[in-house]
Amino acid sequence: MTTLSQERATATKEIALQMKGISKHFGPVQALDKVGLTVRAGTVHALVGENGAGKSTLMKILAGVYQPDEGTIEIHGKRCVFTNPAQALVSGVSMIYQELDLAEHLTVAENIFLGAEPMGPVRFMVDRKNIVTRAKELAECFNFDIEPTAKVEDLSTGDCQIVEILKALRRKATIIVMDEPTSALSEREVQRLFEVVRQLRARGLSVVYISHRLEEIVGLADEVTILRDGKLVHSGPMTALDIPKIVHHMVGRELTDYFPSGTAEIGDVLVRVSNLNSEAGAFDISFEIRRGEIAGMAGLVGAGRTEVAKTIFGVNPKTSGQIVVAEDELNIRSPADAISNGVALLTEDRKRTGLCLQLPCSWNITLPNLVEIGMRHVIRPSKEKLIAEGVASQIAIRWASPQAPADSLSGGNQQKLLIARWLLANSKFMIFDEPTRGIDVGAKTEVYTLLNKLAEQGKAILFISSELPELFGIADKILVMRRGKLVGNLVTSQTSPEEVMHLAAVGKN
Amino acid sequence: MNKMVRQLLPFGTLTLIICILSALKPDSFLTAENILNVLSRSSVNGIIAMGMTAVIISAGIDLSVGSMMALCGMVAGYVMLKLGGAHPQVGSMVAGTIAGIATGIACGLLNGTLITKLKLPPFIVTLGTMSAFRGISYVMNNGKMYDAPTYTYLGMGDVLGIPVCVLIFAVIVAAAGFILRYTRLGRYTYAIGSNREAAFHAGVNVDINLTAIYTLTGLVVGIAAMIATSRTVSAQPTAGISLELDIIASVVIGGASLAGGRGTVSGTIIGTLLISFLRNGCTLLGISTNVQLVVIGAIIIGAVALDQMARSRAEAGRS
Repeated sequence: MTTLSQERATATKEIALQMKGISKHFGPVQALDKVGLTVRAGTVHALVGENGAGKSTLMKILAGVYQPDEGTIEIHGKRCVFTNPAQALVSGVSMIYQELDLAEHLTVAENIFLGAEPMGPVRFMVDRKNIVTRAKELAECFNFDIEPTAKVEDLSTGDCQIVEILKALRRKATIIVMDEPTSALSEREVQRLFEVVRQLRARGLSVVYISHRLEEIVGLADEVTILRDGKLVHSGPMTALDIPKIVHHMVGRELTDYFPSGTAEIGDVLVRVSNLNSEAGAFDISFEIRRGEIAGMAGLVGAGRTEVAKTIFGVNPKTSGQIVVAEDELNIRSPADAISNGVALLTEDRKRTGLCLQLPCSWNITLPNLVEIGMRHVIRPSKEKLIAEGVASQIAIRWASPQAPADSLSGGNQQKLLIARWLLANSKFMIFDEPTRGIDVGAKTEVYTLLNKLAEQGKAILFISSELPELFGIADKILVMRRGKLVGNLVTSQTSPEEVMHLAAVGKN
Repeated sequence: MNKMVRQLLPFGTLTLIICILSALKPDSFLTAENILNVLSRSSVNGIIAMGMTAVIISAGIDLSVGSMMALCGMVAGYVMLKLGGAHPQVGSMVAGTIAGIATGIACGLLNGTLITKLKLPPFIVTLGTMSAFRGISYVMNNGKMYDAPTYTYLGMGDVLGIPVCVLIFAVIVAAAGFILRYTRLGRYTYAIGSNREAAFHAGVNVDINLTAIYTLTGLVVGIAAMIATSRTVSAQPTAGISLELDIIASVVIGGASLAGGRGTVSGTIIGTLLISFLRNGCTLLGISTNVQLVVIGAIIIGAVALDQMARSRAEAGRS
């Protein structure tokens, strides 16, 4: 049995990184609860878990970005305390984030040596030739195919990752953390990245590999650590696990009754999307939502859920397909068109695309609705304030006053401000993209109650979420997206989180 | 509390300057004549500053206003000369005025269109048009001015003792205040400046609104240009050189943020008057114009620095 001997070989390798009993809380939220992670030299260690399971927090602690409340970190047997990212770098920990962090206008070689430029005979003069030669040597040493004099802005995402890895190697990193490295890569680039990762492993480096794409992990990782709700649920060799077992560990919690049950009556078809395509990354999407129905939409980060929402709402142009709401085919070319046709979108990023943070709460509520509340020509501030207060009281927004700036509110109340905006708009079809992201548990339940209430009013709701429990708690059916396509349309009561996760991560069998 | 202090700061400074000047030079400063004189002289800057306030609230900038003013004046002067000869009568003066204001509207529309259609930063577009408008002004009469000896009403006339230009200033202030506070255009201006993406996702037609703001700025520049032409009874291609900087300064002293989303008409008026009274006071006290420049520079930096300090303290207090 080769796998067994491999396993034995892995088990005897020296421990490169040992994190023990790491806890971290943010306000009342316990992000990590006594989590451990043991990574051996010359192995690839997968770190998996649902969104919010604590993977990023754990890695940020390793990188010195956060300090743990308790717990210890040992690197090659040496106890380390990182109070800033620079210390982690010196100890040989390098992070490669999803958002690559390169100076676009500089060359590959200049990026690799950024901040550590070899100096020429004249002080303060960078020795350009030397940089190029040394970058070349480094790349050749690992069999990476990259041109040191190329400008980073001309490189593909895959090449940029190689540059990041070379940067890490130049710093003599022994532990390289990759956070969702394949989410923006083409299939060919993914294969090349795997080759690079295997090269690193062969040289005795440790790679901590974070990915939602379970099939990748199964083929690549030697060991795996699974987190759920900030706790360690499983850690061990990859050979002992398969995808269904990993999925079970990831989602295996009881669905508690903090999801209020809805009583909406499901009526006739209100929304019909057929063969919708957009350049931004939605391919041939078709689904229907009935009056009073909550359709959940599941999928991994980058699966194209937000692209579908944005295309329906007119943010991204659609290249083909139909959107029919209440028997009318809509020709939506901008959010303004969508809103006037009764379509609403609560965007996933309330700070970037939702609120005007420095403006008063009441202004944020009425912004898309000034015409509807009879203020097409003249705004009457006192009446506007009354209207805003009226809709705010329906969903219990806590603010100092309607004139207070939106950024003086808590995350949950900011989200409610945006919900209030669409309540006032009285839309027929409402799309909620990650409405519970970054808000506390109490506010989440309020959001669920509200979704149910809206369904009871006969609206059609598309509820996009990365958290399976809330989809299963609230949605009548679940649409599953993977790589821009709809791969599942399941009735909630007849499916399981395992099935949905499997579809989202691996697609149809 | 901090917010109050912040808003009262420019006003307090203005009051302080007026008090000091009144005490130092009671006979020459605190006279109706001098005050009206200062107001008249502020009117050109103040009128343009109303447009600039909206532009800055929308997170934009218009560097072309000074050159645009010269161009509007030159077009008006040209029309008056062609229609009315060396001593234009009322008819040709009205035609010239309309042509001048229309030029402003066209220039503003051009700025707005370039910014929204070519998706270029307002700084770049208006830097370019600043140069182009100035160039056209020089080309029109080979660098020479147009005389308009009879064109005196707007700049020097009065109604019941109040200068006409001050009345026009008042009307434009009222209109700007109304638009920013009570119309959708005004509300959308704040929204675009505060968070353009969010405004777009809330159904605001960003392009149309931005174009409208720059066009209205062109309109007020056109009106200001006619007052300036009348005050010098001539259209000069060199009019308004570096005027844009004075105007941006008065808007910023008035509490607007160059990052957008913040600014008021009342603040801008205070900023404009502050600069004007400071100039006037320095002159009355016999301080040279060169030193005045230094004083005004210090006030701009000081006002914004104090504002920043108050803001960061307010934010620290919140979190």
